[in-house]
Amino acid sequence: MDDDSIFKALADPTRRLLLDLLFQRDGRTLKELQAGLAMTRFGVMKHLKVLEDADLVIARRSGREKLHFLNAVPIRAIHDRWISKYSEHGLSALAALKTELENKE
Amino acid sequence: MTDKAATIQVYRIVIKATAQAIWDAITKPEWTQRYAYGGRAEYDMTASGRFSYKANAEMKSLGLPDEIIVGKVIESDPPRKLVQTWHPLFDADTTAEQHTRLTYEIKENQGGVCTVTITHDLTGAPRVAGMVSGGGDPTKGGGGWPWVLSDLKSLLETGQRMST
Repeated sequence: MDDDSIFKALADPTRRLLLDLLFQRDGRTLKELQAGLAMTRFGVMKHLKVLEDADLVIARRSGREKLHFLNAVPIRAIHDRWISKYSEHGLSALAALKTELENKE
Repeated sequence: MTDKAATIQVYRIVIKATAQAIWDAITKPEWTQRYAYGGRAEYDMTASGRFSYKANAEMKSLGLPDEIIVGKVIESDPPRKLVQTWHPLFDADTTAEQHTRLTYEIKENQGGVCTVTITHDLTGAPRVAGMVSGGGDPTKGGGGWPWVLSDLKSLLETGQRMST
Protein backbone atom coordinates (compact mmCIF):
# COMPACT_ATOMS: atom_id res chain seq x y z
CA MET A 1 0.00 0.00 0.00
CA ASP A 2 1.89 3.03 -1.23
CA ASP A 3 0.79 6.45 -2.42
CA ASP A 4 1.58 5.71 -6.07
CA SER A 5 -0.71 2.69 -6.29
CA ILE A 6 -3.50 4.56 -4.47
CA PHE A 7 -3.34 7.64 -6.70
CA LYS A 8 -3.09 5.45 -9.79
CA ALA A 9 -6.17 3.54 -8.68
CA LEU A 10 -8.08 6.76 -8.05
CA ALA A 11 -7.04 8.31 -11.39
CA ASP A 12 -9.77 6.55 -13.33
CA PRO A 13 -13.49 7.44 -13.42
CA THR A 14 -14.68 3.81 -13.57
CA ARG A 15 -12.65 2.88 -10.50
CA ARG A 16 -13.93 5.93 -8.62
CA LEU A 17 -17.46 4.88 -9.59
CA LEU A 18 -16.79 1.37 -8.24
CA LEU A 19 -15.70 2.90 -4.92
CA ASP A 20 -18.85 5.03 -4.87
CA LEU A 21 -20.98 1.95 -5.52
CA LEU A 22 -19.34 0.14 -2.60
CA PHE A 23 -19.72 3.23 -0.42
CA GLN A 24 -23.48 3.13 -1.10
CA ARG A 25 -23.66 -0.57 -0.34
CA ASP A 26 -20.68 -2.58 0.79
CA GLY A 27 -19.92 -6.27 0.26
CA ARG A 28 -21.01 -6.77 -3.35
CA THR A 29 -20.25 -9.51 -5.87
CA LEU A 30 -18.61 -8.90 -9.24
CA LYS A 31 -21.97 -9.57 -10.90
CA GLU A 32 -23.72 -6.92 -8.79
CA LEU A 33 -20.99 -4.38 -9.50
CA GLN A 34 -21.03 -5.15 -13.21
CA ALA A 35 -24.79 -4.49 -13.30
CA GLY A 36 -24.14 -0.85 -12.39
CA LEU A 37 -21.63 -0.34 -15.21
CA ALA A 38 -21.73 -0.47 -19.00
CA MET A 39 -18.72 -2.74 -19.15
CA THR A 40 -17.76 -6.38 -19.66
CA ARG A 41 -17.15 -8.69 -16.74
CA PHE A 42 -13.48 -8.82 -17.68
CA GLY A 43 -13.22 -5.02 -17.73
CA VAL A 44 -14.73 -4.73 -14.26
CA MET A 45 -12.39 -7.48 -13.01
CA LYS A 46 -9.36 -5.58 -14.26
CA HIS A 47 -10.46 -2.41 -12.50
CA LEU A 48 -11.18 -4.30 -9.28
CA LYS A 49 -7.70 -5.83 -9.44
CA VAL A 50 -6.11 -2.35 -9.52
CA LEU A 51 -8.27 -1.30 -6.57
CA GLU A 52 -7.33 -4.47 -4.67
CA ASP A 53 -3.63 -3.94 -5.35
CA ALA A 54 -3.97 -0.51 -3.74
CA ASP A 55 -5.86 -2.06 -0.79
CA LEU A 56 -8.80 0.24 -1.56
CA VAL A 57 -10.99 -2.82 -2.10
CA ILE A 58 -10.75 -6.03 -0.06
CA ALA A 59 -12.19 -9.24 -1.48
CA ARG A 60 -13.49 -11.82 0.96
CA ARG A 61 -15.00 -15.23 0.35
CA SER A 62 -18.42 -15.84 1.78
CA GLY A 63 -19.47 -19.40 0.95
CA ARG A 64 -19.34 -19.68 -2.82
CA GLU A 65 -19.36 -15.95 -3.37
CA LYS A 66 -16.54 -13.45 -3.50
CA LEU A 67 -17.65 -10.19 -1.91
CA HIS A 68 -15.91 -6.86 -2.40
CA PHE A 69 -15.56 -4.39 0.45
CA LEU A 70 -14.45 -0.78 0.44
CA ASN A 71 -11.40 -0.20 2.65
CA ALA A 72 -11.46 3.42 3.79
CA VAL A 73 -8.08 3.29 5.56
CA PRO A 74 -5.86 4.34 2.59
CA ILE A 75 -8.21 7.25 1.87
CA ARG A 76 -7.89 8.35 5.47
CA ALA A 77 -4.09 8.18 5.08
CA ILE A 78 -4.22 10.33 1.93
CA HIS A 79 -6.43 12.79 3.74
CA ASP A 80 -3.99 13.05 6.63
CA ARG A 81 -0.93 13.25 4.41
CA TRP A 82 -2.13 15.45 1.54
CA ILE A 83 -5.43 17.15 2.27
CA SER A 84 -5.40 18.40 5.85
CA LYS A 85 -1.91 19.85 5.31
CA TYR A 86 -3.15 22.21 2.60
CA SER A 87 -6.59 22.93 3.97
CA GLU A 88 -5.59 25.51 6.54
CA HIS A 89 -8.12 28.13 7.46
CA GLY A 90 -7.02 30.58 4.75
CA LEU A 91 -7.60 28.09 1.97
CA SER A 92 -11.00 27.02 3.24
CA ALA A 93 -12.03 30.69 3.52
CA LEU A 94 -11.03 31.21 -0.14
CA ALA A 95 -12.94 28.11 -1.18
CA ALA A 96 -16.00 29.37 0.68
CA LEU A 97 -15.71 32.76 -1.02
CA LYS A 98 -15.41 31.10 -4.43
CA THR A 99 -18.52 29.01 -3.78
CA GLU A 100 -20.46 32.04 -2.62
CA LEU A 101 -19.47 34.15 -5.64
CA GLU A 102 -20.24 31.37 -8.09
CA ASN A 103 -23.62 30.73 -6.54
CA LYS A 104 -24.59 34.38 -7.02
CA GLU A 105 -24.35 34.15 -10.78
CA MET B 1 -25.90 10.37 4.71
CA THR B 2 -25.13 7.00 3.15
CA ASP B 3 -26.97 3.77 2.74
CA LYS B 4 -24.96 1.68 5.19
CA ALA B 5 -27.40 -1.21 5.06
CA ALA B 6 -24.46 -3.58 4.61
CA THR B 7 -23.81 -5.31 7.88
CA ILE B 8 -20.13 -6.14 7.44
CA GLN B 9 -17.32 -3.61 7.25
CA VAL B 10 -13.73 -4.50 6.35
CA TYR B 11 -10.60 -2.46 7.07
CA ARG B 12 -7.02 -3.23 6.16
CA ILE B 13 -3.68 -1.59 6.83
CA VAL B 14 -0.05 -2.61 6.33
CA ILE B 15 2.24 -2.00 9.33
CA LYS B 16 6.01 -2.39 9.52
CA ALA B 17 6.14 -4.31 12.79
CA THR B 18 6.14 -7.90 13.99
CA ALA B 19 2.85 -9.76 14.40
CA GLN B 20 3.59 -10.03 18.13
CA ALA B 21 4.05 -6.27 18.49
CA ILE B 22 0.73 -5.66 16.72
CA TRP B 23 -1.02 -8.31 18.82
CA ASP B 24 0.30 -6.69 21.99
CA ALA B 25 -0.78 -3.24 20.82
CA ILE B 26 -4.33 -4.52 20.34
CA THR B 27 -4.63 -6.64 23.47
CA LYS B 28 -2.50 -5.09 26.22
CA PRO B 29 -3.66 -2.09 28.24
CA GLU B 30 -0.20 -0.50 28.47
CA TRP B 31 -0.33 -0.28 24.65
CA THR B 32 -3.98 0.56 24.04
CA GLN B 33 -3.71 3.63 26.27
CA ARG B 34 -1.05 5.02 23.94
CA TYR B 35 -3.09 5.39 20.72
CA ALA B 36 -6.58 6.06 19.39
CA TYR B 37 -8.90 7.03 22.25
CA GLY B 38 -6.37 5.96 24.87
CA GLY B 39 -8.55 3.64 26.93
CA ARG B 40 -7.30 0.44 28.59
CA ALA B 41 -8.25 -2.83 26.88
CA GLU B 42 -8.46 -5.80 29.22
CA TYR B 43 -8.76 -9.33 27.84
CA ASP B 44 -9.26 -12.70 29.47
CA MET B 45 -8.00 -14.77 26.54
CA THR B 46 -9.77 -18.00 27.48
CA ALA B 47 -12.84 -19.07 25.48
CA SER B 48 -15.78 -16.87 26.51
CA GLY B 49 -13.30 -14.77 28.51
CA ARG B 50 -14.26 -11.20 29.18
CA PHE B 51 -13.17 -8.16 27.19
CA SER B 52 -13.54 -4.58 28.34
CA TYR B 53 -12.25 -1.25 27.14
CA LYS B 54 -12.02 1.12 30.08
CA ALA B 55 -12.37 4.87 29.91
CA ASN B 56 -9.40 7.04 30.87
CA ALA B 57 -9.75 10.12 33.07
CA GLU B 58 -10.44 12.40 30.12
CA MET B 59 -13.25 10.20 28.82
CA LYS B 60 -14.78 9.94 32.28
CA SER B 61 -14.72 13.73 32.59
CA LEU B 62 -16.84 13.80 29.42
CA GLY B 63 -19.43 11.67 31.17
CA LEU B 64 -18.58 8.28 29.67
CA PRO B 65 -19.01 5.19 31.87
CA ASP B 66 -16.05 3.29 33.35
CA GLU B 67 -16.42 0.47 30.83
CA ILE B 68 -17.15 1.94 27.43
CA ILE B 69 -16.92 -1.24 25.35
CA VAL B 70 -17.52 -4.79 26.58
CA GLY B 71 -17.47 -8.21 24.93
CA LYS B 72 -16.41 -11.83 25.02
CA VAL B 73 -13.49 -13.65 23.44
CA ILE B 74 -14.69 -16.20 20.86
CA GLU B 75 -11.37 -17.35 19.39
CA SER B 76 -7.83 -16.41 20.34
CA ASP B 77 -4.87 -17.55 18.23
CA PRO B 78 -2.00 -15.22 19.18
CA PRO B 79 -0.46 -13.43 17.36
CA ARG B 80 -2.55 -14.19 14.27
CA LYS B 81 -6.24 -14.09 14.93
CA LEU B 82 -8.67 -12.76 17.50
CA VAL B 83 -12.44 -13.10 17.26
CA GLN B 84 -14.61 -11.42 19.86
CA THR B 85 -17.94 -9.77 20.49
CA TRP B 86 -17.80 -5.99 20.77
CA HIS B 87 -20.58 -3.99 22.39
CA PRO B 88 -20.14 -0.26 22.96
CA LEU B 89 -21.89 1.37 25.90
CA PHE B 90 -21.26 4.95 24.72
CA ASP B 91 -24.89 5.93 25.19
CA ALA B 92 -28.40 4.47 25.46
CA ASP B 93 -28.67 4.05 21.67
CA THR B 94 -25.55 1.92 21.20
CA THR B 95 -26.26 -0.04 24.40
CA ALA B 96 -29.69 -0.99 23.03
CA GLU B 97 -28.29 -2.42 19.80
CA GLN B 98 -27.18 -6.00 19.16
CA HIS B 99 -23.69 -7.11 20.17
CA THR B 100 -21.35 -6.92 17.17
CA ARG B 101 -18.67 -9.44 16.14
CA LEU B 102 -15.14 -8.25 15.54
CA THR B 103 -12.31 -10.22 13.90
CA TYR B 104 -8.67 -9.15 13.84
CA GLU B 105 -6.36 -10.99 11.45
CA ILE B 106 -2.61 -10.34 11.44
CA LYS B 107 -0.63 -11.80 8.55
CA GLU B 108 3.16 -11.60 8.35
CA ASN B 109 4.51 -10.77 4.89
CA GLN B 110 8.06 -10.63 3.62
CA GLY B 111 10.20 -7.67 4.57
CA GLY B 112 9.07 -7.38 8.16
CA VAL B 113 5.63 -6.00 7.39
CA CYS B 114 2.25 -7.30 8.49
CA THR B 115 -1.19 -6.92 6.99
CA VAL B 116 -3.82 -6.22 9.62
CA THR B 117 -7.42 -6.85 8.58
CA ILE B 118 -10.44 -5.99 10.70
CA THR B 119 -13.77 -7.57 9.77
CA HIS B 120 -16.60 -6.07 11.76
CA ASP B 121 -20.00 -7.77 11.56
CA LEU B 122 -22.43 -5.03 12.56
CA THR B 123 -25.68 -6.87 12.01
CA GLY B 124 -28.45 -5.24 14.02
CA ALA B 125 -26.26 -2.33 15.12
CA PRO B 126 -26.76 0.54 12.63
CA ARG B 127 -25.70 3.29 15.05
CA VAL B 128 -22.51 1.48 15.99
CA ALA B 129 -21.90 0.85 12.26
CA GLY B 130 -22.14 4.58 11.59
CA MET B 131 -19.65 5.34 14.36
CA VAL B 132 -16.97 2.79 13.48
CA SER B 133 -17.01 3.66 9.77
CA GLY B 134 -15.39 7.01 10.62
CA GLY B 135 -15.75 10.17 8.59
CA GLY B 136 -16.36 12.26 11.71
CA ASP B 137 -14.02 14.37 13.78
CA PRO B 138 -11.60 12.12 15.74
CA THR B 139 -11.42 14.66 18.59
CA LYS B 140 -15.17 14.16 19.04
CA GLY B 141 -14.99 10.38 18.85
CA GLY B 142 -15.87 10.15 15.14
CA GLY B 143 -12.64 8.72 13.74
CA GLY B 144 -13.77 5.13 13.51
CA TRP B 145 -11.57 2.21 12.47
CA PRO B 146 -9.70 4.13 9.70
CA TRP B 147 -8.44 6.60 12.29
CA VAL B 148 -7.75 3.96 14.97
CA LEU B 149 -5.70 1.81 12.55
CA SER B 150 -3.80 4.81 11.16
CA ASP B 151 -2.88 5.87 14.67
CA LEU B 152 -1.82 2.31 15.57
CA LYS B 153 0.42 2.21 12.49
CA SER B 154 1.98 5.55 13.38
CA LEU B 155 2.69 4.50 16.97
CA LEU B 156 4.28 1.16 16.01
CA GLU B 157 6.36 2.54 13.14
CA THR B 158 7.53 5.84 14.61
CA GLY B 159 7.00 5.46 18.35
CA GLN B 160 4.69 8.45 18.19
CA ARG B 161 1.04 9.10 17.56
CA MET B 162 -0.27 10.94 14.54
CA SER B 163 -0.51 14.65 15.09
CA THR B 164 -4.21 15.38 15.09
